[in-house]
Amino acid sequence: MVPLPYYLALSAVLFVIGVAGVVIRRNIIVILMSIELMLNAVNLTFIAFARFLGSMDGQVIVFFVMTVAAAEAVVGLAIIISVFRHRQTLDPQDMQFLRW
Amino acid sequence: MTATLTLLRYIPLFPLLGAAVNIFFGARLGRKSAGFLACAAVALSFLVSLQVFLLLSPTGVFRDTVFTWIDSEPFKASLSFQADPLTVVMLLVITGIGFLIHVYSLGYMAHDEGMIRYFAYLNLFVFFMSLLVLADNLLVLFVGWEGVGLCSYLLIGFWYRDHTNTIAGNKAFIVNRIGDFGFILGLLLLFWEMSRHGVPSLNFSDLRQAAHLLRPEIVALVTLLFFTGATGKSAQIPLYVWLPDAMQGPTPVSALIHAATMVTAGVYMTARLNFLFTLAPETLAVVAAIGALTAIFAATIAVAQNDIKRVLAYSTVSQLGYMFLAVGVGAFSAAVFHLFTHAFFKACLFLGSGSVIHALDGEQDMRKMGGLRRHLPVTYWTYLIAALAISGAPLTAGFFSKDRILWEVYASRSIALWGMAWLTAGLTAFYMFRQFFMVFHGPSRVPEPSRSHIHESPRVMTAPLIVLALGSIFAGWLATPEFMWGGVWDHWLQPVFGGPKAAEHHALSEELFLMALTVGLGALGALVAYFLYGRDSKIAERIAAGALYRWLGNKYYVDELYDRLFVQPFTAWSNWLARRFDPGFIDGIVNGVAASVRARSLSWRRLQSGNVQHYLFAFLAGTLLIFAYFLRW
Repeated sequence: MVPLPYYLALSAVLFVIGVAGVVIRRNIIVILMSIELMLNAVNLTFIAFARFLGSMDGQVIVFFVMTVAAAEAVVGLAIIISVFRHRQTLDPQDMQFLRW
Repeated sequence: MTATLTLLRYIPLFPLLGAAVNIFFGARLGRKSAGFLACAAVALSFLVSLQVFLLLSPTGVFRDTVFTWIDSEPFKASLSFQADPLTVVMLLVITGIGFLIHVYSLGYMAHDEGMIRYFAYLNLFVFFMSLLVLADNLLVLFVGWEGVGLCSYLLIGFWYRDHTNTIAGNKAFIVNRIGDFGFILGLLLLFWEMSRHGVPSLNFSDLRQAAHLLRPEIVALVTLLFFTGATGKSAQIPLYVWLPDAMQGPTPVSALIHAATMVTAGVYMTARLNFLFTLAPETLAVVAAIGALTAIFAATIAVAQNDIKRVLAYSTVSQLGYMFLAVGVGAFSAAVFHLFTHAFFKACLFLGSGSVIHALDGEQDMRKMGGLRRHLPVTYWTYLIAALAISGAPLTAGFFSKDRILWEVYASRSIALWGMAWLTAGLTAFYMFRQFFMVFHGPSRVPEPSRSHIHESPRVMTAPLIVLALGSIFAGWLATPEFMWGGVWDHWLQPVFGGPKAAEHHALSEELFLMALTVGLGALGALVAYFLYGRDSKIAERIAAGALYRWLGNKYYVDELYDRLFVQPFTAWSNWLARRFDPGFIDGIVNGVAASVRARSLSWRRLQSGNVQHYLFAFLAGTLLIFAYFLRW
């Protein structure tokens, strides 16, 4: 059986890759994918702990996370389409709407 | 022996009501009823004062507590009144003389459009003054003290359309405020020290009992500060300058200020606090010196004035100097006696001069008078009596009171002070008769247009003159020297001031000799005045052209000196503050703070790029920092 620290290490690596992708990448689709990666890294942690502790709670949380991630992907893609229609671009550098 | 007498509260109440009614309903009442109402209010006060006088035994004190004013343990002050022999004397002067001046004003102000306002102020003046003398603690006294200052301001600047009048009102108020500042400091210091000795009270009776607890230097300081207040109210050097300018007000107001109210406040206050002042010989020496100096200083100025009222104003300053001289040698009873007699003849003189001014359509320059004797017989005779009284002619009121002071000063072995007071007596006679002859005798110098309708004043104005003239003679008979028939005065005031001080062991011949000296000098002064001004003489004109005369006529240029020393630096300093300091420094600080905040926020604004990735980066960095922080610990 693979010991718990291995799972956690893998999760941490995946999470960091996701964070790096969100902060660094210029492609908004890739950013969305990176967010998914972060969520899955966390899911992996939940599952590993659930297994380790013999509790179902972590597995239940994972389902919630997946549901929310699906919803988020829908909303995110809708926003992307809407932005593209207005701006004709998907470069995050040009998307500075949070500024007055 | 202390008794409660609720009658006391009515004495200030009536004038207050009179003032209030005249202020709020005066226009509806009409001018005539407004005037009568004001007179009636003071008359009622006078009657109540008289009743209090009749009820009061010399050793008794009446008290009347209206309400508790301040109740802050352990300090307690209430609006309460007390009437002892000194208070009653003052009350009779204030309401009695005040009433006569009110009646006179009915005639004098009959044609003035501000008559209702005038009577409201006049009533208010009497109210504050009676509050001042009735107060049983220093706090209430101070309310009255400030109140008369306010009323003097209102009445001196009564004809406010003329700018100089307003300036004179301001001057009176500001100069008085300087004195009042000293008074307040004295009050606070006294309270502070008394509290330290376990007597947190400002009641006169408490203070009197606890006065011996105070250290001598504290008493000296407190009394000096109080005296500073008195120099403002009672127009002594160096704060006398407002009183001559107070002539800008209507003439009856001058009479009220000079005889019955304002200027007596300072003398009254020192007399009321005599138990403190007698504990401070240094202060008394200062008071005596200032009094004597003021007396002779103002008298020399009065010699060269040409304004009929200004002569009287300086005369008042001079006579007040006498009173403080008496206070300074510890003769409080004599001081109050002179205050009492002075009230009669000074009121008479002022109202008489008002009658002259009235007859000449507002002319105040004595060089444009002369020969008025035939036209104004009543004014002439009453004026003569009052002038004799103030000059100290034998058997008049001024003779007894002035002689009393001179004798007390002499008995205190201060020959220099006595000399000054004695010379002042001669000067007084000279300038009074100079004025008298200039106004009533000699050829008429009245300009042609107003010469035709010179007329004696109506009876409502002459009647008070006659009463005051009678008082100018008989008021003095209450305290004649021992060898004549004595008097009831000292016996009456003894519970307040203690037994007679000087004049105990003295040779009769010495007293008679001094008396003769004074009378002789007075007669000489009057004679010189007669030869210079009573007859057609060219000498007077030649003197008037001289440098000394001009120096005196310009009041030693004290006003100019004050202007240079205080007013101009002050205005220059204020100007600098307003023009340079305020826009440069204050606005610089305010605008500088705003500008630096703005500059800083502009630079911080760059942080907000609007880019989600930047925010996320900041978020991440922050999270990592927090992690690092917690992991370190």
